[in-house]
Order: sequence, then C-alpha cells, then structure tokens
Amino acid sequence: MTDSTTSAANTQLISETAHRSEWSQAWRRFSANRIALGGLVVILLLALMAIFAPLLSPYDPIDEVFRGMRGGSPTLAHPFGYDHLGRDLLSRVIFGTRVALLVGLLATGIAVTLGVVIGAIAGYSGSWIDTLISRVIDTLMAFPIIALLVVLAAVLGPSLVTTIVVIGTTGWARFARVVRADIMSLKATDFVTAARAVGVRDWRIIWRHLLPNVMGPIIVLATLGIGGIIILESALSFLGLGIRPPNPSWGGTLADGRAYILRFPHIAFFPGLMIVITVLAFNFLGDGLRDALDPRERD
Amino acid sequence: MLTYIARRILQGVVVIVLISVGTFVVIRLMPGDPTYLLLGEGEIRISKEQMEAIRARWGLDRPQHEQFFIWAWNLLRGDFGDSLIRKGIPVRQMIFEAIPVTGILNVTSLALALLVAIPAGIIAGVRRNSTFDYGTAVGSTLGVALPNFWLALMLIVLFALYVPRWFGDLPLVGRIPPFGLKSWQGYILPVLVLTTEQMAVLTRVMRASTLEVLTQDYVRTAYAKGLPNVIVLVRHAVRNALLPVVTVIGFRIAFILSGTIVVETVFAIPGIGRLFTDSIFRLDYQVVQSLVVVLAVLVVVVNLLTDLTYAIIDPRIRIN
Repeated sequence: MTDSTTSAANTQLISETAHRSEWSQAWRRFSANRIALGGLVVILLLALMAIFAPLLSPYDPIDEVFRGMRGGSPTLAHPFGYDHLGRDLLSRVIFGTRVALLVGLLATGIAVTLGVVIGAIAGYSGSWIDTLISRVIDTLMAFPIIALLVVLAAVLGPSLVTTIVVIGTTGWARFARVVRADIMSLKATDFVTAARAVGVRDWRIIWRHLLPNVMGPIIVLATLGIGGIIILESALSFLGLGIRPPNPSWGGTLADGRAYILRFPHIAFFPGLMIVITVLAFNFLGDGLRDALDPRERD
Repeated sequence: MLTYIARRILQGVVVIVLISVGTFVVIRLMPGDPTYLLLGEGEIRISKEQMEAIRARWGLDRPQHEQFFIWAWNLLRGDFGDSLIRKGIPVRQMIFEAIPVTGILNVTSLALALLVAIPAGIIAGVRRNSTFDYGTAVGSTLGVALPNFWLALMLIVLFALYVPRWFGDLPLVGRIPPFGLKSWQGYILPVLVLTTEQMAVLTRVMRASTLEVLTQDYVRTAYAKGLPNVIVLVRHAVRNALLPVVTVIGFRIAFILSGTIVVETVFAIPGIGRLFTDSIFRLDYQVVQSLVVVLAVLVVVVNLLTDLTYAIIDPRIRIN
C-alpha cells in the first residue's frame, strides 16, 4: 500500500467517524448483537405487561377467590393454575411484574445517584474524606447484603417503599467504587488541569468534564445490577420481609408456594420462572451495552 | 510485607468498628425498649423497681455512648449475653452450635465449585469459541440468573416427588430428604444449590483469566522454545490464571454468606443463616446484633487471609 492511499483511507475514516457521534456508533455495535436486542425486547414486553396489568390479567389477583380450587392445577382457563388460597396464579404473576420492575428500576436509580455523588466526592477531593468514604464502601461491600436488608426491613417495617429504600441505600457502594476510581484517574489528565487553570469551579469540572466520561461504565453496571436487585427483592419477599401479602409479588408468591411445595409445586414454579426470564433479559442487555459502550472490555 | 500486613489488619479493624457502631445504632432505632421485649409484648406486669433493676443490669439507664462501650467490651471478651427468647441460653452457645453446620455446607460447596470451575474455565479459555466454550457460557449465565431459593424449591420437587416416582431409591444415597439435617443426605440438596452459583461465577473468572494469561509474552516464549502444550498450560499459564480466582473468592465471601441465609432457611438447616432469620422473626435482638458482628468479623478475616495468600503467591502485590 502506498502512502497516498493510506492517507486517503485515513481521511475517509476520520470524516466517517466525525459525523457519527460516539452514541450512534455505540448503537450500531449494540444493534448488531442479537442476544442483547432479545433482552431489550423481553424487557419492553415486561414493561408493557406491568403497565397494562389490569387489562391483561384475566381475573382479579387479590379479591377473586375460586372456592374449592385451593392449589388447583393449571387448566385452559387458568394456564398457571390456582394459588394456595384459590386465586388465579397467572393474574398474580402478571401483577407481580409491577413490583419487580418498580423495585428494580427505582432501587437502582437511588443506588446509582448516591454512588455517583459519593464516588465523585471521594475521587475528586482525595484526602481524609476519600479515606473515610473508601472505608465505608469496603464495609458495605464486605457485608452480607441480605443480612443488612433483613435487619433494616425488620426495623422499618416491611413494605414496598421500605424495600425500595433499603435496597437503594445499601447498594450504592459498587457504583461509588467505579466512579471514584475513574474520577481519580481523570483528575490527573490535561483537560482537567486546563479547565482548572482557566478558573472553572470544582463542581462544574465534575459535572461537565468528569461525569460524562464515567457514564458509560455506570450505565452498564446499573443494567447488570438490576437483575441482582430483582433477585434481592424476591429474596426479601420470600423471607416475609418485602412486599406484604395479599399484594402480589413474585417472591411473595414463591413463599406461598414454599409452604405447599410437595403438594402444589406449580405455585412456586411460575413466579420463579418469571424471575429467571427477567434477570436473564437484564443481564443480556447489560452485556450488550458493555460491548457497545466500552469495546475495550470485550474479551 | 510487614507494613502491608499491618495496613490490611488496621483496615479490617476499622471495618469491624464501623459495622459494630452501625449495628448498635440500627438496633437502638427499633421501636420499643428491649426490657418490654423481654417481658413478651409488655403483657406481664412488673413493678417499677424490677424494671429499673433489669435496666441497670443491662446498663440501659446510662447514656448511649456508654452503653455502646459496655456492649463492645462484652463482645471483645466473648460475652454475647443471653438469648432474650430462649431464656438462659447464652448467645455464644447458639452461635457456636450453628457455625459448624454453616461451615461444612459452604466449604463443601466451595470445594466442589472449584473442582468443576477451574478445569471448565481453563478448557473454555483454551478452546475459545468451541462448543464446550459456548456450553459453559450458557451454563454460567443460567447459574447466575437462577435465584437460589427457587432452585432450592425446584430441586426439592425433583428429588422428593419425581425421582422416587421414576427411579425409586437412588444408588449410594437412597432417598434424599427434602428438609432438615437428620442424616448426611440432608446436605446434598443445599450443597447442590450453593455450588451452582459459585460454579457459574468462578468458571467465568477462570475462563477470562486464562484468556488473559494466554496472550502474555512469557506464554509465547514458552511455546517458542518448544515446550509441549500441557507443560506450557500447567506450569506457566494456569498458575498465573489462578490468581484472580483467589481474589474473587475473598471478594465473594459476603455473597456466599448471603446465599447461606436464604438456603438454610428453605431447607430448615440449623446453621448461622437460619439462626439469623429465626431470631429476626422472634425479635431476639440480642442474637441478631451479635450475629451481625460475628458475620462482619468472619468476612473481614477471610478477606484478610485471601489478600495475604495473594501477596504470598504473587510478589508483585508486595512491592506495590
């Protein structure tokens, strides 16, 4: 290859990358990934199911009790069968989607917000503030999270709000860790020094120059974290410290099924299957986002 | 090396102190006075003098910070107090009875998980994009997404309902009991559940670190000087690829204990996890707060040990 063709190719490459923004390139990489797209489609379907739960569910999930049908097996009219009290299991599972997505998204939102703010403060300030925050992060990461959630839920009294708040406020450590490390390394770069030299204020440097650079990894980590949070919520409800009966949640229905596991195994089967599908969808989406937003991470 | 150890121990102590303070504060935030709990929902009437005597004995009449130091000092001496609900039984005894059960459960499943994950990860890494590689990828993806309590219930259904119906008694193990620990067979299902998740995570880590190591110059050199594949793998690649696995185990000890809490509850196994959830529901806060600190110490000690092992295996850590 001669020098002139190489430079021509380079110019073409440069102009091509210039008019494609970083995000549209990421979208191109993402949409080529079928598994990730599949995950996204499943999540959208679940979201529709949660929004239109009253229209989609054939029966009332709480009030419509079928007499004499306790633990009844699946039939055509009741494809998931009946729960331990004779309610339609399909309707309860459909309504359970609301809890799973609500807790998954809101708790992740709280955790990401706290993590970004705390991590940015630690990474940017350095000094004793950083040392203190780092030890708190270590502590949270080192502690069996279920134990912490169980204690907090018992103290605050189990409810939907408690579940969201408790999972959100204990889950920020891993986000803070990533943000802190990234900001520490970005702080030493020339563009930050330049911004400082012309007198840009600290909070503006963090907001305009540093945070946009850490958003990629945070989006990936948040998406991958949602699955884990949905499992945590179900575990809490399963232990009786999450969503209170008679409100339908997957973990709660699983707990109902546990008591009758050898007599009516289908009660525990279906909500668990929904948890697995949802968690897989979020994990596939997260993996796809990682490959698209952070090509260095690919193996 | 000595400064490294000293620094890590100091960090561990700070974490334990933070957790003890946190636990103490959270437990005090709970509605009601522990003395009312002792009396069982306040139904038994006692005189004011008796109440004061109880409060004085527990130091509840003193300022909060003094109470903390009394509690912490007692913990340090190994005095966890008595259970509030199971009267007269020292908390220490309850914890010591539960620790071996949880220990056997988790050590067995971790060992099994490593036994499968290390070779599977190496093969998947070496034969990248092979059928085996895709197979382990699917397996570990599922393993991470399965909630352990659901897996536990499905295994109970499988082994208590269907296996006896289809196959009768199994060879070697006979009939597997769905709940409890009356015989050693009771360990089978919980160990299976705990192994699944660890195996999934560790296989992924082992595969990734094998891939990483195989691109290193010293591996290429080893091939270039004509060493057979097996020798290069065993002597050069795998030894280094194992390092991240050690870190991940240390890092995962908190997850492992979380899993134990749920799994022991499902299978009705009298370990630390079950003691924990039972005590929460029985409002036995004396047990709960002691267990929280015990768990924290356990996690910190295991983390410290893995870090030190790491520093011994890998001299690069010591220098930095």
